[in-house]
Amino acid sequence: MKNIPHYTKKDFVSDQEVKWCAGCGDYSILSAVQNALPEIGVAKEDIVFVSGIGCSSRFPYYVDTYGFHGIHGRAAAIASGVKAANPKLSVWIMSGDGDSMAIGGNHFIHILRRNMNVNYILFNNQIYGLTKGQYSPTTPLGQVTKTSPYGTIEHPFKPGELAMGAEGTFYARGTDNNPKQMKEIIIEAAKHEGTSLVEILQNCVIFNNNTHHEITDKVTRDDHQIYLKAGEKMIFGKEKNKGLVLDGLKLKVVTIGEDGYTLDDILVHDPTQEDPTMAFLLARMSLPEFPVAVGVLRAYKAPVYDQLMEQQIEDVKAKSKMKNMTDVLNSGNTFEL
Amino acid sequence: MATNNNVIERERIVIKFAGDSGDGMQLTGNQFTDTSATLGNDLATFPDFPSEIRAPQGTIAGVSGYQVNIGHSDIYTSGDKADVLVALNPAALAYNMNSFKPNATIIVDLDTFTEKSFKKAKLDSNPLEDSRLADCTVIAAPVTSQCREVLKETGMDSKTIDKTRNQFVAGILAYLFNRDLNLAIEFLKNKFAKKPKLVEINTKVLKAGHTYAGNIEAIHSTFIVNPNLSKKGKFRNITGNQATAWGLMAAAEKSGLNFFLGSYPITPATDILMELSKHKELGIKTFQAEDEIAGINSAIGAAYAGNMAATTTSGPGLSLKSEAIGLAFITELPLVIVNVMRGGPSTGLPTKTEQTDLMQALWGRNGEAPIPIIAASSPADCFNYAFEAEKIAIEHMTPVILLTDSYLGNGSGLMKIPNMDDMPSITPKIAKPDQAYEPYERDPETLVRTWAHPGTRGAEHRVGGLEKSDVHGAVSHDPINHEKMIKLRDAKVRKIADNYAPQEVFGSEDADLLVVSWGSTKGAVYSAFKELEDAGKKIAFTNFNYIFPLPKETPEIFKKYKKILICELNSGQFAHHLRSEYPEFEYSQYNKIQAQPFMVTELVDKFNEILEDK
Repeated sequence: MKNIPHYTKKDFVSDQEVKWCAGCGDYSILSAVQNALPEIGVAKEDIVFVSGIGCSSRFPYYVDTYGFHGIHGRAAAIASGVKAANPKLSVWIMSGDGDSMAIGGNHFIHILRRNMNVNYILFNNQIYGLTKGQYSPTTPLGQVTKTSPYGTIEHPFKPGELAMGAEGTFYARGTDNNPKQMKEIIIEAAKHEGTSLVEILQNCVIFNNNTHHEITDKVTRDDHQIYLKAGEKMIFGKEKNKGLVLDGLKLKVVTIGEDGYTLDDILVHDPTQEDPTMAFLLARMSLPEFPVAVGVLRAYKAPVYDQLMEQQIEDVKAKSKMKNMTDVLNSGNTFEL
Repeated sequence: MATNNNVIERERIVIKFAGDSGDGMQLTGNQFTDTSATLGNDLATFPDFPSEIRAPQGTIAGVSGYQVNIGHSDIYTSGDKADVLVALNPAALAYNMNSFKPNATIIVDLDTFTEKSFKKAKLDSNPLEDSRLADCTVIAAPVTSQCREVLKETGMDSKTIDKTRNQFVAGILAYLFNRDLNLAIEFLKNKFAKKPKLVEINTKVLKAGHTYAGNIEAIHSTFIVNPNLSKKGKFRNITGNQATAWGLMAAAEKSGLNFFLGSYPITPATDILMELSKHKELGIKTFQAEDEIAGINSAIGAAYAGNMAATTTSGPGLSLKSEAIGLAFITELPLVIVNVMRGGPSTGLPTKTEQTDLMQALWGRNGEAPIPIIAASSPADCFNYAFEAEKIAIEHMTPVILLTDSYLGNGSGLMKIPNMDDMPSITPKIAKPDQAYEPYERDPETLVRTWAHPGTRGAEHRVGGLEKSDVHGAVSHDPINHEKMIKLRDAKVRKIADNYAPQEVFGSEDADLLVVSWGSTKGAVYSAFKELEDAGKKIAFTNFNYIFPLPKETPEIFKKYKKILICELNSGQFAHHLRSEYPEFEYSQYNKIQAQPFMVTELVDKFNEILEDK
């Protein structure tokens, strides 16, 4: 085992000047990641940040580890190559809703399906920021943007639903104005073996200000969010008197002590189930009918692509008579002339 | 063996096998090829199959072919027109009506020549009555009924029995070429190693075909092609795609790096991905990506992580990879992109051959992104050029495009088995831990930057698609720095030409005409050149494998000749490239855009025409 130095946040601050807009949610995500990294037990030379294109994708320049700023939408593909090439590395994908849900949508579902052991932080601000304010695949229906002056006519994706559709093994959601919670989630993501998708509801102060306000506003968030914790009851609200129950195939919000519901009726959160159905229901919840779920919604332990790949190679090596290129070149039909 | 026949010694013979996609023509072709190699013939093969997997039986669309050229002397192409044609049904004969010589030997299964099958093949009349067969020796054998007769006691179903038809033909061919049947039987034993029943019934049919050929009166002369004595050593028959895969594997072994392939299936390049997927015993990692774009981007990620990386594709796939090639170029990471060219544009002719991606390889990127381009010239030399592509990529920290094509990839020829100790070394320049590291600091001589693999303490750094400052590699929008970096990257790539093997020129220095080929057309153009040179004509020949940068001695060579003729399977892309690199010369062109390889005869005619036009 490698001796990991005792790091602090500043060990992960690069010499590059951070160039996001003042007030951008990305600053707090950067800070949360830099706060989490000293606690994941990995030497900094073994960490690689990979990104695509967009405001969030400038992230690797600001962290003093290895980093690769890729091309639009392809971070997941580049990161898959990094991880498969050297599974010992701790690989982090930094991407936005345009990068991951539009141009990179294909790679997004496939990395989840393969369960490559990487951490995937998805900055969801529901807008294209770097190109200055066009709607993205997560922009709410009807929103006026620079390319939808009369309102969008497209139904948006919920990244969590896509992740469950691809049977991703880890999905968490956090908000950019809750650094403590972000840090906790990021550490959980790092611990999970498999593709750990973390969606951060992030504010774009210039082109989509307050897009998540109803969810993240500190005054109302106790009623508008439910922080799910493994093994605990699904309870929320300022008074901690509301909870979730199953009503047929749907979730339902109930108030404890009303309509005959007691604490015993409230669901217990178990993110480790193989079946992603419950996690899908939780990911789907939206205001005003439901609170928005934050925390780790799913963390199911399943075989990991890069480890399977290594294992297969070891198994074949052990059985094969061919040990090098000379053996291969002389195998099968050869002719002496 | 019959004794009352003429035995004719032939320098070379071309045999074409044609039948329905399911008739086993590729198998029979391989069997004949392996037997020929065992007997010491030089050879080249080329399969000709439709892009449909199993088009309706008996139709022209369903005809699958396999051609082999075997020789006592050296062989450079799979041959023009066939001396012997095997046609297992009327559609196969009709489809190949222009692919045999006037006095060819034609072997058909007479049982299939019925009104019903003419209708299926949309033929107005019996193709056996075609005037083009007038001077041919036609062996019209009742193949189907003979097979059924021979195997009637075996209790096999008729579908299995009919699949042995190709072995009846193999028996006839063994007789026709005076070959020991045991060689063909050995092939069957290897092919069906786990199915002894199949070996048994196919052997029975093979022997029956041989006996049949000896008994009938139709065969007046048989052939012998003596061994080729100029080739000595241990050889194997190899397709270009397999040789490409093995060349990459050899480069990995020589460089001491782990090998990662990120790829997506596409005709005619898929064989390389399949071949590499087999070789887990050498630790090769193959990643079948979700698309062409993920294929190359995963390879770029692997290259960043310190693996020897490659991606394989064909024309449309190369288009999809363009943006990522630019990323590999600006990040200066080693990566080989193998492009097995096929007929284009768009989906074009996926199973056919063409050299039409040269301009795409040279220029198909945004911004100024010159990258080395190498083209292989024969199935066997795909091994060496794939190896060299990796050597250049790794030692010069750049993406490299290796161009092969369907003709090379699917075609085969004899490869002398190389000794790995004799292969050149590949020496990557890798950063060491705990030493000062600047990602874009360059070797003053070669301008090559140092590769720092993640995991190396103290060399943490960031790369990416944004322009970087010289040496330090921070994001830079400085105009002067940008121009400097553009020029540095260009100069680095052009310096690769310093290490090329000398450009070979054949023929007399006082020749009037220099004929030029590049990549896969070498075999045909060289064969035509040789024919004229042997006839005493003043002609010279050179072939280009290094497409960019071009060999430095190119202008020295060109200025010796009055006329320069560029022969290529496109509308003149290499000629265009030469005109832009060396505008001081005048170039003539000979182009063929039929998605078929050159025939030696058509080249000979063209060269004669130019030589006579003084």
